[in-house]
Amino acid sequence: MSDNIKKLLTIVTEAALENILIKDIERLGAQGYTITDARGKGGRGSRSAAWDANGNIRIEVVSDAAIASQIASHLKETYYDNYAMILFMSDVEVIRPEKF
Amino acid sequence: MIDPVILFFIFGLSAGLLRSELRLPPAIYDLVSIMLLLTIGMKGGIELAKQPFLELLPQMLVVIGLGILLPLIAFPLLRYLGRFSRVDAASIAAHYGSVSMGTFAVAVAYMSARGIYYEEQMPLFVVMLEIPAILVGIVIAKGFSKQTNWAQVGHEVLLGKSIILMIGGLLIGWIAGAEQLASIKPLFFDLFKGILALFLLEMGLITSKHVGSLKKYGVFLIVFGISMPMLSAVLGAATGCLLDFSVGGTAMLAILAASASYIAVPAAMRISVPEANPTLSLAASLGITFPFNVVIGIPIYYAMAEYIHAFFGA
Repeated sequence: MSDNIKKLLTIVTEAALENILIKDIERLGAQGYTITDARGKGGRGSRSAAWDANGNIRIEVVSDAAIASQIASHLKETYYDNYAMILFMSDVEVIRPEKF
Repeated sequence: MIDPVILFFIFGLSAGLLRSELRLPPAIYDLVSIMLLLTIGMKGGIELAKQPFLELLPQMLVVIGLGILLPLIAFPLLRYLGRFSRVDAASIAAHYGSVSMGTFAVAVAYMSARGIYYEEQMPLFVVMLEIPAILVGIVIAKGFSKQTNWAQVGHEVLLGKSIILMIGGLLIGWIAGAEQLASIKPLFFDLFKGILALFLLEMGLITSKHVGSLKKYGVFLIVFGISMPMLSAVLGAATGCLLDFSVGGTAMLAILAASASYIAVPAAMRISVPEANPTLSLAASLGITFPFNVVIGIPIYYAMAEYIHAFFGA
């Protein structure tokens, strides 16, 4: 059923951005999000999450394709230049479509 | 004679440099920092309750002035001698104008181990000194730009973890007073040195990670990371003398001026001046200045305070 197919937008970025991004995501129409602490290595060096300012987070947002791409392009424009951030999107089948 | 807590720092630093797996669990590190800040706050609060607040206002203004002056001195040095970009120079200047709670905690331990008296309002000055440099740094980097979301900056700065804990501790100490606080004294006051030792162990490990990135940024940053705190300490000591503080209080103000932030300022700069390279400021403040201050600087600044008092004191 195509109704149950939504977009999962995953954002991996600096913990310092958490509060700002949440506001952006809500403003752009997402119904919810999930945040986890993350560790890893990328173009801006390894981020060990050893302490607050150096931590990474992963934000996952499930929403309509339109909202997801709107969030993605907003983040790209606003944060790509100066922050460590990667975005990727995938299709997911949701079990309770009314939640998204 | 070297204080055992300093040995913990050196131990953490060495273990980190040897690439040991050693690491304090993040939640423990959080708890340990919370306990340190609350204890320092409460100590100050208990003493503050004994004196009228209004008398402190002129002193607070002078200290805020010092907090504005320090980044204004650091910026041209970085910009024109160090040839850093405007945003990087502004961000590093903000780090050096602000204070490090960790350094202050070590100074508190240093003074109490030697039975040295210092003015009780110091924790209040820590809060006063932490804030102005951040704002000055942002203004140098961006001007009074409309892009800057000042409400957000204000929130970040005033409700940052370290400030809120320090103010919370001050208020608790102030309201409760020494007698009431006796019931929680064993956890906070008696364990202070032990908690500080654990904190410094982790600080050593964190510092070791920043020492490596120093190689990338060259000699200027290393020289700056040692000479800027010395310069700031002279200004801090002069301010202490001006305010008629005791030798201990003068030394404390010198130490506060010399210390460079590594928690509150990086977080605020990341949000407000994102173009600045955060590893640059941290390499300097954590990789050089913090270890220098904690291991070598504090005794030097104390000697400096004694010297200034011998010359200009009553």
